[in-house]
Amino acid sequence: MSTLSEAPPPLAPAEPAQKPPRRRGRFTPYWLLLPGMLWLIVFFALPMIYQASTSVQQGSLEQGYKVTWHFATYWDALSAYWPQFLRSVFYAAAATVLCLLLGYPLAYLIAFRAGRWRNLIMVLVIAPFFTSFLIRTLAWKTILADNGVVVHTLNSLHILDLTSWLGWTAGDRVLATPLAVVCGLTYNFLPFMILPLYTSLERIDGRLHEAAGDLYARPWTTFRKVTFPLSMPGVVSGTLLTFIPAAGDYVNAELLGSTDTRMIGNVIQTQFLRILDYPTAAALSFILMAAILAMVTFYIRRSGTEDLV
Amino acid sequence: MPFVNWLKRRLVVIAGLLTLAYLLLPNVIVTVFSFNQPKGRFNYEWQRFSTDAWRDPCGVADMCGSLSISLQIAVWATVGATILGTMISFALVRYRFRARGAVNSLIFLPMAMPEVVMAASLLTLFLNMGAQLGFWTILIAHIMFCLSFVVTAVKARVMSMDPRLEEAARDLYAGPVQTFLRVTLPIAAPGIAAGALLSFALSFDDFIITNFNAGSTVTFPMFVWGSAQRGTPVQINVIGTAMFLVAVLFVLASMVINNRRNKQKA
Repeated sequence: MSTLSEAPPPLAPAEPAQKPPRRRGRFTPYWLLLPGMLWLIVFFALPMIYQASTSVQQGSLEQGYKVTWHFATYWDALSAYWPQFLRSVFYAAAATVLCLLLGYPLAYLIAFRAGRWRNLIMVLVIAPFFTSFLIRTLAWKTILADNGVVVHTLNSLHILDLTSWLGWTAGDRVLATPLAVVCGLTYNFLPFMILPLYTSLERIDGRLHEAAGDLYARPWTTFRKVTFPLSMPGVVSGTLLTFIPAAGDYVNAELLGSTDTRMIGNVIQTQFLRILDYPTAAALSFILMAAILAMVTFYIRRSGTEDLV
Repeated sequence: MPFVNWLKRRLVVIAGLLTLAYLLLPNVIVTVFSFNQPKGRFNYEWQRFSTDAWRDPCGVADMCGSLSISLQIAVWATVGATILGTMISFALVRYRFRARGAVNSLIFLPMAMPEVVMAASLLTLFLNMGAQLGFWTILIAHIMFCLSFVVTAVKARVMSMDPRLEEAARDLYAGPVQTFLRVTLPIAAPGIAAGALLSFALSFDDFIITNFNAGSTVTFPMFVWGSAQRGTPVQINVIGTAMFLVAVLFVLASMVINNRRNKQKA
């Protein structure tokens, strides 16, 4: 093990000064912060307050809305749309698990096995970002088309019988079913899982793998006891970056799903932009926000990575 | 069983490449179908090969107009978010001040919020203010959500910067402005560039927030969304393919330049 002690210490980033030096002008940081913070306060924080107030208003489009502290809107919205809420959580969770299962091998491949192909694979992971995601989502309509190769193959292997029985698909179709929506969600948010996973895997000191091997750990044991625990920060931020946007998404459910697969995002969009029932829409989006914040807080506590955020 | 052993050793590589195929499959489909000549309004089924759409990419009413609106918004959103975000990250890394925690969480929250929630709340603000929805409200919204991503990207770079370099510059009698322009900015540049690139991509591709705050202005993603119902012109696939190619070339070029620089240093 003499190689270990001789090896140079892992490259640490230049030590950030513990106490940044005092500069001339005590107000400089405030001047630097002012424009950006003002922007976020006026166009991010203030709207939240407006939305909270809208959710307890009553009235009509013609006569205007007034704050009446009508909290029953929340109750009505929840009792009318709880199936869509549950569905959103379920779809987003399914997509997140699939992203983790699919993304981990690719992130691992890029971090440890790709060698000189690493840069090329990175480009291929990032580049689809620059093609409009709506165009790519529409492409899934072609891929999953009723008389396409995918559906044909699944059908002849009798997989569709099984998934129909489970309620994921309907008959000989994949489009307009939950499976199609989850497939689209998984596809769209996969890069958000791969990139944090890759970042945390890449930071792992390769000598730890050697040490595990020297201690007669089999590859799978090394993965379970060394690699995976050390990649936890990536797993946590990856699941958050996948789950949160997936739970609020309405594009996949609209383009690849049907009325039976509507998610809460679809309801909020319809209420706000078509039915113009602003109090209900505001209440729904507030419930969604609160639910997600609660789940995320719980999840971060449980996974013990509070310092992450 | 040599084959099983071979498979076992290559399992990660095979699984990873399958995921990569899953990621790229829609791009392949988009490219292939840009050479299709569809029968009806929808371009979902292969009919026969044609280069018509490539020879006349702007042949669809309003599509290139929406493309140019998207480009303008993306450019201005990038400029705005990059300037504001870079200023914030310098303040956060270089100074200690009160309310730092509050500033950090105000920057983190937009990234942890479902887009539809931000979109809807911003719309309630604009409706309450009686603002005219359109180009400006889209731009305001895009700067807002790009800002956090720029701060994160620039902060990471500035944090790993050695403060002694700037001290050295001052020891050599560089003024504050000179130090900033000749030392600080060049070192922070990759972080700023990454933030700007991310802003551009996010803004250009944003649909959900734009959908809520656009009024009757049609950006490119909104044009695509509308066409999904009315019938998708092949030209959409042409634009999608071109965007993918430009992105790949762009990234590859920046890698080649980086490699050369590293070799020169060595």
